Amino acid sequence: MSKEKFDYFIKGEKEKYEVVIGLEVHAQVLSKSKLFSGSSTKFGADPNNQVSLIDSAFPGMLPVINEECIKQAVRTGLGLNAKINNYSVFDRKNYFYADLPQGYQISQYKNPIVGEGKVLLDMPYGSKEIGIERLHLEQDAGKSIHDMDPSNTYVDLNRSGIALMEIVSKPDLRSPDEVNAYIKKLRSIMRYLGTCDGNMQEGSLRADVNVSVRKEGDKNFGTRCEIKNVNSIKFMQMAIEYEAARQVELIENGKKIDQETRLFDTKKNETRSMRSKEDAHDYRYFPDPDLLPLKLEQKLIDDLKKSLPELPDKKKERFVKEYGLNAYEANVLVSEKEISDYYEEVAKLSDKKLAATWMMGDLFAMLNDRGLDISKSPISAKHFAELVQAIKSGEISGRIAKEVFEIMVESGDNPKKIIESKGMKQQSDPKELEKMINEILSKNKDKVDQYKAGKEKLFGFFVGQVMKLSGGKANPQLTNEILKKLLKG
Amino acid sequence: MSLDKEKIKHVAKLARISVDDAKVESLTKDLNSIFKFIEQLNELNTDKVEPLTSILNQSLRSRKDEISDGKIREKILKNSPKENEEFFVVPKVVE
Repeated sequence: MSKEKFDYFIKGEKEKYEVVIGLEVHAQVLSKSKLFSGSSTKFGADPNNQVSLIDSAFPGMLPVINEECIKQAVRTGLGLNAKINNYSVFDRKNYFYADLPQGYQISQYKNPIVGEGKVLLDMPYGSKEIGIERLHLEQDAGKSIHDMDPSNTYVDLNRSGIALMEIVSKPDLRSPDEVNAYIKKLRSIMRYLGTCDGNMQEGSLRADVNVSVRKEGDKNFGTRCEIKNVNSIKFMQMAIEYEAARQVELIENGKKIDQETRLFDTKKNETRSMRSKEDAHDYRYFPDPDLLPLKLEQKLIDDLKKSLPELPDKKKERFVKEYGLNAYEANVLVSEKEISDYYEEVAKLSDKKLAATWMMGDLFAMLNDRGLDISKSPISAKHFAELVQAIKSGEISGRIAKEVFEIMVESGDNPKKIIESKGMKQQSDPKELEKMINEILSKNKDKVDQYKAGKEKLFGFFVGQVMKLSGGKANPQLTNEILKKLLKG
Repeated sequence: MSLDKEKIKHVAKLARISVDDAKVESLTKDLNSIFKFIEQLNELNTDKVEPLTSILNQSLRSRKDEISDGKIREKILKNSPKENEEFFVVPKVVE
């Protein structure tokens, strides 16, 4: 990996500032039913159809915790190399909002289920470790819809009570690029573990962003602002850039930064103060009297640890060692579990290095164009491996392979069948090629004479003629060799 | 710990309880005497005692991850302040 230098600073009129970022990521737990009730968590259902009396906070209801959600939180904690706490407590976080029928969110405050951990990022300037402060379980709120009626807000409680993992990072991030890498890494780890689907469009992964700035070299942190309502990585990056510039300007003009909650306006590309959140940090937490402390047996944790799948960092190491890929290729191919599975299936049946090149080139470009995930690829791993082998063995040229690839996408046929039925096999028989080339040379005696007289540019013309006559199937390397030999004679 | 009138008003606001000014004085007095009573507990040395969350020496009971509830929209929406077949409808809350 080329070692660039880290260089993300905000330049004020007077000084250079470093940006300090911490993230609170909210990840929806993959489970069939909700954290404390038996309602379904399925996305996209009819409004308020996946709501129980518990989710809508009817009086006298008792929450009972979903054991799968506990396991999912532990798995995620283990995937973040974090300490799992054998003892944790559920608290009530009190605030009023229309989409929170209880008037409090059940969360974990002093004793979270998961403690400190770490995540490794691959940056162009080297590997960087980001600290995890904690991970706790909590309930999601309902969804408020503001654009269905000019004077009313509509509330859908289907999301209310779905389990969330709040993953709090240490203030270790220093640039929008690092934020991008961090979110993608978290997402990748959770998708490998099967603990969160990471779908940002559907809101299963969201984040609040804490931003502060300080003069380059300062040891102390500046006053931070928390930015809410950022539901894509791109918006997070834009919000950070805007917010850091705003804070630098305040400092350089001798003004104070208020610690506050701000909202990112995606239309105006700016952050602004959320006055309604003035009291937001006064949540009056206390232990939920409906729920006993959660005690985890060490055996449960050990068993879950044993059953974890191979995670991206380990897999990357293995891809480099086992398949001879470089760090960049390995990184791309382990980014999604489905991509790595596809690659391994292809690599088992064909040339490992060539398979990586063709996957990251033509296959990814095609999937990208069509907006498809690799799991929906029109070309199966087996067919793709056959194509790679046909290139490797010299049966078809790279140029013809691109044509075969296109036909495979459209027809779903295997490459052997396409190559045979369309007569696309590369002409690699030296005798036949020599015969063809001799024919061309005798038809173009004038050009041969010019070539021999020093007009070497004409070599390209001869190659062109060979390709034309062979329908593009002449083996290019052989063609060059034979042409050179015959033109000398 | 002692509470002043401002604190009383703040807590009332957070709890969405309307307290008129005439009552603040007596509330402050009452609450302060309650706190004073509770604070007698501070005379005990609790340095080496973990905070107690529950008096039951049991762990949390859990359930299996199964769908066993929901699809009772009509029943639930009966409590919506305004009538609508699909949603709860509340006065506009938007930033």
